[in-house]
Amino acid sequence: MSADTPLMKEPDASTGTALAGGELIRLEGVTKRFGTNTVLDDLNFSVEPGKHVTLIGPSGSGKTTILRLLMTLAKPDEGTITVDGQRLFPAPEKQVREVRKKIGMVFQQFNLFPNMSVLRNITEAPVRVLGLPKDEAEARARELLDLVGLADKCDAKPTRLSGGQQQRVAIARALAMRPQVLLLDEVTSALDPELVAGVLDLLRDIARSTDITMLCVTHEMGFARDISDQVLMFDAGRVIESGSPEKIFGDPEQERTREFISAVL
Amino acid sequence: MKWDWNAVSDFMPDFWKGLLVTLQAVALGSLLSFSLGLVWTLLMRAPTRWVRWPVGVVTEFVRNTPLLVQLFFLFYVLPEWGLTFSALATGVFAIGLHYSTYTMQVYRAGIEAVPAGQWEAATALNLPRGRTWTAVILPQAIRRVVPALGNYVISMLKDTPMLMVITVLEMLGHARLFSQEHFQFTEPLTVIGVAFVLISYLASLLLRALERRLVR
Repeated sequence: MSADTPLMKEPDASTGTALAGGELIRLEGVTKRFGTNTVLDDLNFSVEPGKHVTLIGPSGSGKTTILRLLMTLAKPDEGTITVDGQRLFPAPEKQVREVRKKIGMVFQQFNLFPNMSVLRNITEAPVRVLGLPKDEAEARARELLDLVGLADKCDAKPTRLSGGQQQRVAIARALAMRPQVLLLDEVTSALDPELVAGVLDLLRDIARSTDITMLCVTHEMGFARDISDQVLMFDAGRVIESGSPEKIFGDPEQERTREFISAVL
Repeated sequence: MKWDWNAVSDFMPDFWKGLLVTLQAVALGSLLSFSLGLVWTLLMRAPTRWVRWPVGVVTEFVRNTPLLVQLFFLFYVLPEWGLTFSALATGVFAIGLHYSTYTMQVYRAGIEAVPAGQWEAATALNLPRGRTWTAVILPQAIRRVVPALGNYVISMLKDTPMLMVITVLEMLGHARLFSQEHFQFTEPLTVIGVAFVLISYLASLLLRALERRLVR
């Protein structure tokens, strides 16, 4: 691996407790450009295991891109990303697959497989990737569907469900892989307003009752305040401020953060 | 011009033989074009241009030369190279190959129409590449292209009379033979014309039923 110093290049970007539990995720000097547009600009931050980190900031400030890089859906132009001590870019395919096993993602548009039943959406990867026996995977899928309140929808096709129900299936599908890290990419942005609360309540439950590390891009500030251990404020591809939700939402240091928070609250 | 029902009934035994051959050619030609077309599409997505380039050239060549020319070539030139097949086998191969260069484009469009989010979800779940294709992408892509593939089946049906030129006795071949022997042209040609309309119509009904089932 590269530099083994635990120091961050941007002191702003980590909380004071960074040394306590070690790091699960670490980004160093990560830069991502689309054409001439720099979406992530020399980004440095790390996440400790079990923490819930929320990424806030205006659209186009690079928050979603970070999740996509971690999920290996995109590649950084510069910099290194390390998950649980294993480097992601560049890395051999086998190592990338190992790292991916630790990470689950829930998408804004759910992205359920429409050609499979709800149950098979959840069992497909545990059977094919983790090698679980089919009946074990199904038993676990039913437990998860019970958890997300959709026990009766096992055999339904995803397209028959409401947006909120689909997103809860997607959460169950991600959890079925027992990830250490859950990436949540604006998971309520595509939902009808009345369905948002149900999904957020479910995520609050999961945040409280599991030790899964969460990285969450959201515009739901109330939710961010509830579940976050740390909030990162993004602007133009950089973390301009980071800290506890109390600090960021209550008494931010940066004028830009203050502006953003007052605009969205 | 008189219509002679006796000529019709005299022709019927030959007609059934021809119909059987026509249906065989369409069925086997469809199967071949569906599978070969899928192979071309997947090869065209190969990471190396050393695969894409030759496949592109060959399929472009086949698509842009007439089926009739291909039939003659396969039937009269291949035996000179020591490759001899029955007339029907050659015909099925020619039709299947020719139409595979159309179905490959249909598949490509179908695959491209699968939303990027499906690939991303498969990656996020760490599904192996092959499994992503067989369990996620292709089932959705093929469902979308069934109507287009079905139209090519009907199109193939209407191209089967060309097999006559390589001595395959399908419907038109039998009609022609019967006409020459009995000097009666109207009846056998009308019978096979009606048969083509009926088969096409039935096929399109079947297709619409299939579409309705798949769209659900």
